[in-house]
Amino acid sequence: MPEVMISLRNVSKRFSGTSDSAVNDLSMNVNEGETVVLVGPSGCGKTTTMKMINRLIEPTSGAIEVDGTDVLKQDPVQLRRNIGYVIQSIGLLPHRTISDNIATVPKLIGWDDGRIEGRIEELVRIFELDKELLPRYPGELSGGQRQRVGVARALAADPPVMLMDEPFGAVDPIVRERLQDQFLDIQQRLKKTIVFVTHDIDEAIKMADRIAILNRGGVIEQYASPEEILRAPANEFVKQFVGSERGLKRLALMKVSEIEVEEGPVVAPSASRDVALKTMEAFGTDWTSVVDDGELLGWVDGELLDGAGTVAEARPRPFSAYVTGDSTLRQALDSIVTSRTNVAVVASEGQRYKGILSLERISKEIVA
Amino acid sequence: MTLAQAEGRPFFDWAWVGDHLADIGTRVGQHLQLTFIAVLVGLLISFPLSIFAYRHRRFLPPITIATGILYTIPSLALFALLIPFTKLSVLTAEIGLVSYTLLILIRNIVAGLEGIPSDVKEAAVGMGYSPRELFWRVELPLAIPVIAAGVRVATVTTIGLVTVAALIGKGGVGYFILLGFDRSFPTASMLGALLSLILAVSIDGLLVVGERLVTPWAHPHSARSAG
Repeated sequence: MPEVMISLRNVSKRFSGTSDSAVNDLSMNVNEGETVVLVGPSGCGKTTTMKMINRLIEPTSGAIEVDGTDVLKQDPVQLRRNIGYVIQSIGLLPHRTISDNIATVPKLIGWDDGRIEGRIEELVRIFELDKELLPRYPGELSGGQRQRVGVARALAADPPVMLMDEPFGAVDPIVRERLQDQFLDIQQRLKKTIVFVTHDIDEAIKMADRIAILNRGGVIEQYASPEEILRAPANEFVKQFVGSERGLKRLALMKVSEIEVEEGPVVAPSASRDVALKTMEAFGTDWTSVVDDGELLGWVDGELLDGAGTVAEARPRPFSAYVTGDSTLRQALDSIVTSRTNVAVVASEGQRYKGILSLERISKEIVA
Repeated sequence: MTLAQAEGRPFFDWAWVGDHLADIGTRVGQHLQLTFIAVLVGLLISFPLSIFAYRHRRFLPPITIATGILYTIPSLALFALLIPFTKLSVLTAEIGLVSYTLLILIRNIVAGLEGIPSDVKEAAVGMGYSPRELFWRVELPLAIPVIAAGVRVATVTTIGLVTVAALIGKGGVGYFILLGFDRSFPTASMLGALLSLILAVSIDGLLVVGERLVTPWAHPHSARSAG
């Protein structure tokens, strides 16, 4: 059983002057080392829920525990110093240099200068920040750089729990994707307990171990792994929110290495033209892979073989793209629909041939 | 010095200036002292009032109106009103001078604090700044450029106003302006005006330099030549 790191019990929040609850009788657990994404339309109380964990918003009723301690009985200032916090607009302190910004919480909790310096160096390494940026002020950085500094700052005192409110929302899609990938990579090593808020279901699917889909009034419609939410949406609301392309989104969660590849037409470069043609006939294709002692060399078709004695003489063409075990099924699908051969060729690092994936094989996974 | 004597002199009498260098030095010193005290006391009064108004918004309009009324009273009238109570003293001069700084300073301190981006405050609170730390380490430092702009305007205004206080005998270089009028001796008036102007421009310049030194973050490109 995984340890529960954050627990919300029957938590409600009603803002004064409104009749409707922002969050209504919400209960959920977040396990240690897990990334939980709260996602939902605007007004679903996802940000309110997150901010009650570090008491930027006080719940009207209910109980919240972090690491076994009732947060409502803790000094909020001390509580917040133990919880990393990132917001969409980052909110770097404009009058502090980047290194001072990163050092914010360590300074608040009284680390000595040597320890702070060592930690900054470590974070610079982890986040692949440019050291030149450290003496600069936030106003001199690009949006993507500020975003990374914001996340590094939240991690500075090595808190076990991180709250992230649309942390990659303010940058363009290309930078966002890079930041997401980098963060996933870092999280894999650090194993923080993370509550992550976004309105973007694709970001939720990408970042989450578990997704909580919230509806207006702060009600959880479904709380499950991305895979399960896509495969078995709990109700019409979830189905609607997850949107079309559910199958494609699921494919993006599955790795090629997780499914069995198919056997495809293969010949050695030394094989004769006849053998190659027979192989193609046997598989019902008009092409065949050329593999030399396990190494994928390319492909040949009837046209190339015309007049050639052996496959090597036909000058095999390299595959424009192949997929590896780390590729997602969505990438494999893309490879299938864009290649002339209508299959994705699977190879490992160093072009070791593994087999092929066909459209039929992948659609079987979606239906399964 | 008689009228006849004055008529015989050149348009600007450098020799007279040369004879009065010591007096000029004393008056300039007095002028700076009156200005410095006025702005300092003005800040000491404005600061708590501004913070109070910033925390409790509903008190901002009455504070602004009260200091606005003070600002609109003609300085001569104010001195005349005060003389029965505080006589021809430095205190009379300073009460007037301080009153005129309040509106400018309070407006700028409040505007400076209100202009701080809310995301910066939210992030700071979220990271665990206590309210006191938030104010002294985040809000106040970030308000300095706007507060400094107010201090500059208040100081330059005060330097000009000190000359008026010459009428109650505490006017710094304003003394020379009055002297010139009294004796129909333009050199003295011009000297007084010129000194007041030079003081205003140079003190303003010093304040600009000082502000840039304490807020390097607000001028990143001028602070580092390489950008």
